Amino acid sequence: MNPFFTLLARDIRLASRSGGSAFLALSFFALVATLVPLGVGADLRLLARVGGGVLWVGAVLAALLSLDRLFQGDFEDGSLDLIALSPLPLELTALAKMLAHWLSTGAALTLLSPLLALLFNLTPAATLTLFLSLLLGTPAVSAVGAIGASLTLSLKRGGLILPLIILPLLSPAVIFGAGAVSLTLDRLAPGGALGLLAAFSAGAVLLSPFAAAASVRLNLGG
Amino acid sequence: MNWLFRYANPHNFMRLSNVLLPITAVATVLCLGVGLYLGFTVPADYQQGSTVLLLFIHVPADVAAEAAYGAIAICSLLSLVWRHPLSDIAGRAAAPFGAVFTALGLITGALWGKPMWGTYWVWDARLTSFLLLLFLFFGYMALWNAIEDEVRAARAAAILALVGVVNIPIIKFSVEWWSTLHQGESIVSGKIAPVYLWPLLIMMLGYMLLFVSLWMLRIRTVILERRARTLMQGGAA
Amino acid sequence: MITSLTAERLACARGDRKLFENLSFRVRAGQALAVEGANGSGKTSLLRLIAGFLSPAAGRLIVQDARGESDDAEERGKKIGWLGHHDGLKPQLTVQEQLTFWAALYRGTVNADALAQVGLARQADLPCRYLSAGQKRRLALARLLVSSRPLWLLDEPFAALDTAGQALVAQLMARHCGQGGIIIAATHDPLGLGNESLKL
Repeated sequence: MNPFFTLLARDIRLASRSGGSAFLALSFFALVATLVPLGVGADLRLLARVGGGVLWVGAVLAALLSLDRLFQGDFEDGSLDLIALSPLPLELTALAKMLAHWLSTGAALTLLSPLLALLFNLTPAATLTLFLSLLLGTPAVSAVGAIGASLTLSLKRGGLILPLIILPLLSPAVIFGAGAVSLTLDRLAPGGALGLLAAFSAGAVLLSPFAAAASVRLNLGG
Repeated sequence: MNWLFRYANPHNFMRLSNVLLPITAVATVLCLGVGLYLGFTVPADYQQGSTVLLLFIHVPADVAAEAAYGAIAICSLLSLVWRHPLSDIAGRAAAPFGAVFTALGLITGALWGKPMWGTYWVWDARLTSFLLLLFLFFGYMALWNAIEDEVRAARAAAILALVGVVNIPIIKFSVEWWSTLHQGESIVSGKIAPVYLWPLLIMMLGYMLLFVSLWMLRIRTVILERRARTLMQGGAA
Repeated sequence: MITSLTAERLACARGDRKLFENLSFRVRAGQALAVEGANGSGKTSLLRLIAGFLSPAAGRLIVQDARGESDDAEERGKKIGWLGHHDGLKPQLTVQEQLTFWAALYRGTVNADALAQVGLARQADLPCRYLSAGQKRRLALARLLVSSRPLWLLDEPFAALDTAGQALVAQLMARHCGQGGIIIAATHDPLGLGNESLKL
């Protein structure tokens, strides 16, 4: 098997064995979706109105949970040194790790979202838009998140600073993703918003391996 | 040669800024003084009344905040490409001022909003993107402070700043898109009458000079701190 | 295969602190070099410099092989077998899983008896969290074998090992040199290879 997929498979295996980060992220996501109605009231029209935004914010926060360990575990136990000396370029290492993170969180969150959309009384059309927007947008969360994770990999409490540095960068994803759901609720075509979201995601996935690799390099040299 | 390179440039900076700083400081006081005087003596706007005064404090703060982020971005690029120690110091030094200008822009924006819109905060596209800019400054400063090793902290913060620079136009675009989607109150726009334009331009210049002066002063302080530390450690520098 | 590794007037600095400067040495195929020095003298930094993680403040490192000379750090990194201070093992994965992963990542040969050589054949299906410190070190040695790299950089290769383990390391090192490999080891103990040593 080629080194890229070797690393990808190993990271997914690690994620599934260390307490199931996908399970934690899904539980957190579902919990946010439960707490918000408790906070804002059970008015179904109001819930439908805010549902897209709440679920988008919830998904981003849930994906953040396991992000700080993306490079940190490998950095602390010396694996990152060995990975850096392997034939796999660090840019592809970062991409493999992003993809592993997305598969074990973003993709799982996307699959769960239609169920949570029911709790928010979203119309079928809006549910479909939400699903598509998460499918297109969560890769950006993993990608931008990987930059943050690589910058904070040497920090014992990197998990505290990580949200502060990446959430502002992710605001466009939330805006376009939740915006697409709003448009659908207003019976307008969400295509434009989804297109912008896809463009943001594609840009993030293309550029962040380089930023993350540069940051890993500087940390190995530190 | 490397060691020479490391110390020669801060040395040059100290000499240059020693000459420049008094000039920019005096120019700052002049510009802000004249700008404020003109601002107080302009006729009240028929729509905005005397609150138009806030315009002269608010708009230049926004411009200075953006300039500060731009300064950080340029320093970051220099730091990553040429590994220039002065640019590390300069980038870090600019951030608190950028954050303060951003906060000043937000606060004056809110104070302006109360008489104009009847509420302190409206999710206007400009205010919203400045709120996000404030968080970008916070993140940059937090990352700097979190990493112990100074060389490593400088590189990490530089990478973050450059990622931020790529993202800022996208954030601005998305926030504008968002504000048309949700049809919030639009900011009062229109041509600025020439009576307001001059004080505004002078205030902008004053803010920029204020930023440059404070920035140079801060860089000087950091360089002197480092020299003092090196002396106390008994090392040669 | 590498013919030789040469350091020319290397200097290493961390922040404002100089670790060493004007360091020159040459190690030829089949030779080992022991790097000695007190804690904080820069032994690990020298290894990280050779591996290309750090860049030298001055001087250069040249690898000579059949194709000629090169001072490219990236290229050099692909010839290095690394045994670091940390073992780089995951507690959740079994001994065999780890070794298979690293062999595949390094496009190395999945050497069936690498585990037997380091005395871990019986532990193949045991998750690493149940291994002792010495057993983890042995697994790290097995990884070094399957990575099939000519230039070994070893940081305290004898650490955490019992007498038998230390003998094993000595034997593996002797064999690596015998096959024309190069070893640079940061250590407090003699390597026992008739090697030269470098005092930092």
